[in-house]
Amino acid sequence: MSKDPYFISQYVGIKNTKILKNAKLIFSTQQDSEVLPFLKEVYKKVGLNYPKYHKMDPLCKLGILATSVLLKDSDFSNETALVFSNASSSLNTDLRHQQSIENIVSPAIFVYTLPNIVLGEVSIKFGLQSENAFFIEEDFNPKLIYEYTELLLNSKKAPSVVCGWIELKNAEYDVFLCFISKQGEIPFTTENLKKLYLFENE
Amino acid sequence: MSDLRTELKKSIIEQLNLEELSIEEIDNDDSLFGDGLGLDSIDALELIVLLEKDYGIKLTDPYQGKEIFISINKMAEYIETHRTK
Repeated sequence: MSKDPYFISQYVGIKNTKILKNAKLIFSTQQDSEVLPFLKEVYKKVGLNYPKYHKMDPLCKLGILATSVLLKDSDFSNETALVFSNASSSLNTDLRHQQSIENIVSPAIFVYTLPNIVLGEVSIKFGLQSENAFFIEEDFNPKLIYEYTELLLNSKKAPSVVCGWIELKNAEYDVFLCFISKQGEIPFTTENLKKLYLFENE
Repeated sequence: MSDLRTELKKSIIEQLNLEELSIEEIDNDDSLFGDGLGLDSIDALELIVLLEKDYGIKLTDPYQGKEIFISINKMAEYIETHRTK
C-alpha cells in the first residue's frame, strides 16, 4: 500500500454561536446560544439555499452547515468519503421520538433516530457516492479518525475525506470537521488533528 | 370552506417545516408532490398523521393518500366529508 502525503486542506469549527474556518472567525452572533435559533440564523447568513435543511433534525443541520462552509470553494470529487464521530449519537432526536410515542409518532422525527443519517444528508447535498462511517466515542479521538481516514486514502477507496467530530447534546454543540486531500500546507497527522481541535476549543 | 383550506396550508407549513413558504404562495390547486410543493414520502406519512390528529380521520390504506393528497382542494373536500372532529 503506497503512502502519499495528505494534508488538512480546510477545517471548520462550530461552537458557542461561532463558526471558524481555518482558524478565522466567519460568523458569530450574540442573539441566542440555543441550538435551533442559531441554526436558523446561520442558514440565512451563510446563504444556504436548501429548503430540505428546515426538515432536518439539529444534528443533520449542523452537518449540512459545517460541510457547506468547509467545502465552499474546495475542489472535491463525488468520491470524497465521510468519517464522522461523536459521543451522544442521535440522542437529541431519540428523546424527541420517545416523547412523541406518547401520542402519535411523527415519521419526520423517527427517520432521524440514527447518528449516520447526517452522513446520508451530506452525501445527498453534495452528490457524494462514497465510503462513510460514523463512530461513537466518549471524546474526540484524533487517533481513530486519523487511522480510519488514512486507511481509506492509502487503499485508494477515496481521493479525499471529510472527517472529524459532530457532537450535539441538549443545547450544546461542538463541531470540528476537516477536509483531507493532497492539497494544503498542514500535514494530516494525529497530532495536527488534536492541535486544531484544541485550538477550536480554546 | 376557505377557512379549512387556509387552516390546512398553515398546518402543512408548520408540520412539514416548509419555512420558506407562506400561505399566500400555496394555491388551492397546486400539486402537493412533484413539481408543486415538492413534498416527499416522509411528508406523505406526516400528512396521514395530520389527518388523524386534527380531523380524526384514520387512513388504513396508505395508498389512499395518493388520491387525497393531490392538492389543498382535494384534501379539504375529503376532510369535509370524512372528519370526525
